[in-house]
Order: sequence, then C-alpha cells, then structure tokens
Amino acid sequence: MSDAAPLPVRRDPSHGYLGGVCSGFANRVGIDPILIRIGFIAAVALGGVAIPLYALGWVLIPAEGPEKPAVQRLLTRSDTWLVAAGMGCLVASGLLLLRAWGFWFVSDQFLWPLVIAAAGGALIWRQSQTAPERVTSRARLPRQTVNRATAGAALVVGGALIFLYVNDALAPARDVVLPVLVMLVAFTIILAPWWIRLVRGLNDERAARIRSQERAEVAAHLHDSVLQTLALVQKRADDPREVAALARRQERELRAWLNGTRNDQNSLAGALEAAAEEVEADHHVPIEVVTVGDAPLEEPAAALVAAAREALVNASKFAGPEPISLYAEVADGRVEVFVRDRGPGFDVESVSHDRRGVRDSIVGRMERHGGRATVHSTPGHGTEVELVIEP
Amino acid sequence: MKASVVIVDDHSLFRAGVRAELDGLVDVIGDASSVEEAVECVVRLEPDVVLLDVHMPGGGGLEVLRQVAEKRPAQRFLALSVSDAPEDVIAIIRAGARGYVTKTISGEELADAVRRIADGDAVFSPRLAGFVLDAFASVAGPVEVNDPELEQLTAREREVLRHIARGYLYKEIAARLNISTKTVEAHVSAVLRKLQLSSRHELSRWAVQRRLVD
Repeated sequence: MSDAAPLPVRRDPSHGYLGGVCSGFANRVGIDPILIRIGFIAAVALGGVAIPLYALGWVLIPAEGPEKPAVQRLLTRSDTWLVAAGMGCLVASGLLLLRAWGFWFVSDQFLWPLVIAAAGGALIWRQSQTAPERVTSRARLPRQTVNRATAGAALVVGGALIFLYVNDALAPARDVVLPVLVMLVAFTIILAPWWIRLVRGLNDERAARIRSQERAEVAAHLHDSVLQTLALVQKRADDPREVAALARRQERELRAWLNGTRNDQNSLAGALEAAAEEVEADHHVPIEVVTVGDAPLEEPAAALVAAAREALVNASKFAGPEPISLYAEVADGRVEVFVRDRGPGFDVESVSHDRRGVRDSIVGRMERHGGRATVHSTPGHGTEVELVIEP
Repeated sequence: MKASVVIVDDHSLFRAGVRAELDGLVDVIGDASSVEEAVECVVRLEPDVVLLDVHMPGGGGLEVLRQVAEKRPAQRFLALSVSDAPEDVIAIIRAGARGYVTKTISGEELADAVRRIADGDAVFSPRLAGFVLDAFASVAGPVEVNDPELEQLTAREREVLRHIARGYLYKEIAARLNISTKTVEAHVSAVLRKLQLSSRHELSRWAVQRRLVD
C-alpha cells in the first residue's frame, strides 16, 4: 500500500492493557489513548454495550507488532502490586457484570473470596514469570520478591479460608486444625535455628560456586590464550621479531577480551582492525591502527578494507621492521584511509606499470568501486597510500 | 641540560626498565610505587617531568595529579600506560597531564617526549590524536556553547592531529604543512588546552558505547 493511503486501524497490543484496541484507535486518530479509554469506560458504565464491541474489535482488528496473550502481558507488567489490584478489580467487575446480566447462580458470598484469591494468584504468577536470567544472575532472591510471593500466597489462602468460612465448612475442621496449628508452632520454634543455618549455608555455598565458576572461566581463557603464547615465546626465544609479534597479538587479544569489545566484523573500523591483526600475524611488522568514526561494512567500504589490507601487506614486505600506521576517518559519509610506512620509499613516477600488486589490487580496486587511491612516496621518506571514498 | 624525571609506577620491573631505557637520555632523579610516595617524592624533588602510570592502587594517576596540583600547580606530567581505553586517556589529560604515550614506546621516543613536555609542549600519540578527533567530532551536534573558541578545533589543528594519527613526527608535519616545528607544537598545545578547558567533551559517546557493552 502506498504511503498516501489512509492508515488502517491496527490494534497496538504493545501499548494497550488488554487487546490494544483503544490505543490502536488512538494511534489512528492521533490522540492520547487515555481519552479513548475514558470514553470506553463511560460507555461501559452507561449500558455495558461497549464490552461486546471491544471483544468484537479484539477479534476482528489485526494486531500491529508481536502480540502476547493479554493475560500473560497483564501478569508480566513490572508494577506488580498494580497488577494484583487490577486482577482483583477485573474479577470483581466480571462477576458483577455476570450478576447484572442474570448469569448468577450462586450466592453473593462467593464474590470477595474470589476477588482476593485472584489478586493473590496474580501476585504469585507475576513473580514466577520473572525472566529466569534475572533471577539466576542474583546471588539470592531479593527480599521484595519473597515478600510479594508471600503476600500472594496469603491472599490466596485467605480467600480460600473466607470461602470455607462463609460456607460453614470450617466448623468441623476447627477441632482438628487447632491442635495441628499448636504442634506446628512448637516444631517451628524447635527447628527454626537449624533451618536458618541451613539456608545461610546454602547461600554461602551458592556464592562460592558462582565465584569458582567465574574463576574457572578466567582460567580457561588465560589457558587458551596467554599460557599458549608464553609457551610459544619460550620456544621462539631466539627470534626476537617472532616473539614481539606473538606478544603484540596476545596483547590485542587480551585487551579486546578485557574491554569486552571483540572486533565487530560488520563495521569498517572492526574490519580494518582485523585486517591489521592478520597482516601483523603473517608478516611480523607492528601495525598501529587509529580510527575516527565508523561506518557499516557495505560494498565500497568492504573494497576499501581489501585495498587497505593489500597496502598493509606491501608495507610489511618492503618497508622494513619500523611500525606501520593505519589511520581511518569516517565523516559525513566520506571515508579516508591512510597506510603509512617508514621504509625506504620509492619514486612513484619511475615505477614500471608491471607492478601488478599496487595497480590492480589497490588503485584498480578502488576505482572499480567509485573511490580513488593515491600513492605518495619519496625516496628516503617512506610511503603513504591514501584511499578515499566520497559519499 | 638534561630534563629531570620522576617515574611513578607500581610495577618495580617496569620502573627499572624505563630507568634503564632513559639512562643517559634524561636525568631520572627518583621513582615511586604508590600514590602517597609519589606525591611526597614529586613535591620534594621538584622534577621537570613526572612519568605517571594511569592505573595504580589507591586512585591511580588521577589521584597523584589531583594531590600534586594542590601543592605544585605548575608540575608537568606525562601519562604512561598500558591502557588505551579512551575514557582513561581523556580523563588523565583533562586532569592536567600534558601528554599520553603507551608503555610500548621506545626509550628514545620516550626521552624525546619527556624533553618536549619539559619545554612546556604537549605530546600526543597517534592513538590519543585519534581519540581527540573522535571526541571533538562526536559533539558536533547542537549543544549550548559557552565559548565557541574552546568548543571546536580549527582546520589547522585538525590537520595537525590527523597527521599525528597517521604516524607523522612533528618535524615531518611541519615540512608537509610548510610551517615551523614550533608552530606544530603551538597547535598541539592549543588542542590540549581546549581539551582540558572545554566543557563539552565529556565523551558521552564513549560512555554510551560502554553502557551498551556492559
């Protein structure tokens, strides 16, 4: 459909409370959903006809974006207490509505127990739906979580008790319950200290386990990387260049691990960094990479990385052991890369046209992708390859 | 006359290494391995330049800078670190260090940097130049500006920084831009001053990136 066509009405479950019908309409008309909701509630109060209309809307209007079941969404909202209260109100209103319509086949005594139990159930359910990684990432459950679950359980049990009480089902049970309760209290007093110690011990044990897991992870990483490199360094102790290259590679790798920034292969800066790392590993000449700004690695940029890599290889082969500088700058869509070495340099004019490396893989490649490459060099002053892509 | 230097680093092996490398090039008159020791030593010996490790127990180089500044505001520092995290580097420069180099620098280059700092100039490594360009570029949006002079680099300053980032030495930059080495130094010092005095370069971009990573 074209952009000019009027927007169709779409339900918006991600911003709604139930089916997102109201917020969908609000989106379409372009006003605050709360106004629609107030109108909706007013319509409910006037005759209840809005409820079937809402249901109809829910069924017939397609949803915009992902839709979770309304109940689940309601139960996984972050404001837990509101959820409990809301669930209670919802059940109450539902029951009252049923009563008003005459579908009421039990006595009014059931109303409040059901409401209370629903609110408690919502609390417990909400707690159990907390994303699992959020729970496990904490050494122990936060007090608030426990409190909510307890309050929820109390509400549910309370609802059940009231239900039983209003139905006179408790009278025979009282004789049994009282002795049991007394015995329970006695046992609690006896066992509480032991139980508390057990819980503390478990917590300590869990914390220790987490610590040792972290240590194992670090150890595994050091083993794979640093110890391997150190072993190689000892074996190659007679080759200083090799040792220096090993140390540099390890340094890069460890740094990336510590900073939590593995080279992002989908960005220009990450790709240049990776290319430098590879060339350095192959040719043992240190490469200092400096990047300013970044861009996604799309076609002209990818060609530029390949050309830069070729320039790095050339510099590593012909320019001696002095460090090579790689500088990349991205600004307003313009990408510039400079590869500079401190080698002997050469006279650009006098180089015969049969030097395929530079001609094809650098200059040609850049030109094919709408960029340009220039080689600046003076004998005795090193070489600099300039790669540019204009926006 | 050789510049006098105090080395502050909590790794004794590294202090010894730097001492050996600088031997004969500059005059190492003392070293210190902790923040308190460093403050005491610098105030007592009054060296031309302090070689300062960024990461040390007890507040690190930043704490040394802060405490020495109270007693000896004119003291010159050159930060020397294995860290190349932008926020570490920029923080130590903003706190008053006149330059930043990584610990892999050669002895000769380090001595050169020390002499430059002793003369009151600034020392930017290629990486630091890149960070600074990044910082000034990333705050180009519409922000309330108190002093427009301070908030952006001139075209010439950018050009000098770009050359440093590309690996050129000051004298090479001077030759390429047809200016004197003194002028290059003046540009770099101006950038340093802007970096230290400007209020905009709190490096929000890197802060955001790190938050995304964490």
